Amino acid sequence: MIDTLIQGILLGGYYAVIACGLSFMFSVMRIINLAHGSLAVAAAYGLWLLASKFGISPFAGLLIVLPAMAAIGWLLQRYLLERSARGGALLPILTTFGLAIVIDNLMFEQFGADTRSLAPFIGSLSYDSWELPGGIYVGKLAVMTMATAIALLGGLQLFLSRFALGRAIRATAEDPDTAGLVGIDARKANALAAAIAMVTVGIAGAFLAMRATFDPYSGGPQLLFAFEAAVIGGAGSLWGTLIGGIVLGLAQSLGAQVHPQGFLIGGHVVFLAVLFARLFLVGTPIIGRIGFTKTGFAKIRAAIRSTP
Amino acid sequence: MTAIPNGITIERWTRSSQLALGSVAVALVLFAIAPLTLGAGAIDRLTALFIYVILAAMWNALAGFGGLVSVGQQVFFGLGAYFTIRLADAGLNPFLSLFAAALITGAISLPLSFFMLRLKGGEFAIGMWVISALTHMLVNLDRLIQGETGTSLISLNVYESGTRRVVIYWLALASMAALLGILFALLRSRAGAAIQAIRDNEDAATSLGVRVIATKRLLFVLAAFGIAVAGALWLATSTTFQPKTYFSVQWTAYMIFMVLVGGIGKFEGAILGAVLFFVIETFFGAMGVWYLIGLGATAVLFSLFLPHGLWGEIERRFDLRLLPVGYRLKLPGPTKIQWNQ
Repeated sequence: MIDTLIQGILLGGYYAVIACGLSFMFSVMRIINLAHGSLAVAAAYGLWLLASKFGISPFAGLLIVLPAMAAIGWLLQRYLLERSARGGALLPILTTFGLAIVIDNLMFEQFGADTRSLAPFIGSLSYDSWELPGGIYVGKLAVMTMATAIALLGGLQLFLSRFALGRAIRATAEDPDTAGLVGIDARKANALAAAIAMVTVGIAGAFLAMRATFDPYSGGPQLLFAFEAAVIGGAGSLWGTLIGGIVLGLAQSLGAQVHPQGFLIGGHVVFLAVLFARLFLVGTPIIGRIGFTKTGFAKIRAAIRSTP
Repeated sequence: MTAIPNGITIERWTRSSQLALGSVAVALVLFAIAPLTLGAGAIDRLTALFIYVILAAMWNALAGFGGLVSVGQQVFFGLGAYFTIRLADAGLNPFLSLFAAALITGAISLPLSFFMLRLKGGEFAIGMWVISALTHMLVNLDRLIQGETGTSLISLNVYESGTRRVVIYWLALASMAALLGILFALLRSRAGAAIQAIRDNEDAATSLGVRVIATKRLLFVLAAFGIAVAGALWLATSTTFQPKTYFSVQWTAYMIFMVLVGGIGKFEGAILGAVLFFVIETFFGAMGVWYLIGLGATAVLFSLFLPHGLWGEIERRFDLRLLPVGYRLKLPGPTKIQWNQ
């Protein structure tokens, strides 16, 4: 039982990593990117290709894949999402859904239906574990994923609150027009945010591929997991995403104990239960906006507005 | 035509639209007698076309008119097929089961709407996908379905295959005509005015006292029912039920493609999109994965460069209304003010 709980919590680390990009993009641009999961799988294929064809270890491969993901994020925002968002709030859903279909099937065309994994390329890390008192084993990779999740969320929080660029992104998210008044280029801030989000997607893809197998159509389920974790945690801070991931991981691990198919069912049911509770008991928007404490910027904005 | 002072008239039917309605009636009659001359293959293909038209029209009703983009509509497609299997297994006539299953699915969508319609935009879109994924899992638990192995609509085998084919064809044709008729009548009714007001500007509609949620609920339930009819008919044509194929997000991808290309929020657009999709599938469907890549890429391009679809463009260029669901103001001079724009 304790073993199940610990594995569930650690699984939550992965969900936090994949959810953080989704909720970050939603916070800044108000767009839910339906190609989120497919892009993570694309990054996984990138790493797999580097490892199997050129013998580059997945960790070194990240040095190539992550900048590429950042570039993809930038281009995605500049050439697709920006244009599509002008057509209303619904259009980006259709654009990114179409994009997901293109990415999934291109990967299928390139790599076929075989499932792949990065596990063969990371040596003993894929099965090494530490023994805790009480005969419980925790996988080193799972702990690493959790540590990465915490570092990623903490780093993002720090970036958004302490750095000028981060503050520019927050300002744009809060109110693009007013941000423009104080000299922030909203287009640039949004493209930067998309680039950052895609870097986190690349990291998520790496962990997906190291801890399990993936195939060209794995993107859909990953999108659902990311969405569920983001919604469960959505109370308004980046750390909420971590909690959301952990709740989802626990629900799935416990569900798997109950029934062979319980893994996915457990996750979906807990997600819907949280959603239900939030909609009917609290009545707040379901994905909170991460890292945006009103105080700082609202003051600046109020000051600007009151200036004659 | 209602005459109001200053020579301004409000028109709904134009000469071209009266002509169009007449042609629709003629086409339906021709389709109805077509099986007398067509071969088995052609009948099956046309049945598929009717099902595509239903899917496109229903997704368009939800997204184009109700402003509710869902990527989980396959849940109703799958449930329509699943309940048909269940009812037929319980001994109900398979043809009756098709429509009883759709009614059950429609009934289920009502309580679901109280929950889902509280979500907005992308949250609603993916939320529906989660509902679909969960329903898929739950259907798999039913022993009758045997997990992903699936099962068949065995009771249909008592009918001779030629008769069966034609009956399913007629049922598909009648379902399509009826659902399009219901949607057309709905859009031209008082509720239709509300629906189009919501499509054009939800906040403004709310401020005018339009009951937004009730109207959306009507569309949600209608779309669920219609898509369930399509799923049940699809099951009748293919007879095998594998949960994975029916609860596949691909169905929603097809719906989105048809509506985006045809013209989102245009009654005629969905029909045009379905016909185009049918033609494209006939010629390129054999290309497999490149065909799917092409569909996705086309959807992206339309969403970026032609968001009102082909019908939107035709309407704008040629000022053409074939099956008008709105009104427009006709000034005495050459200029026309259009209410819909």
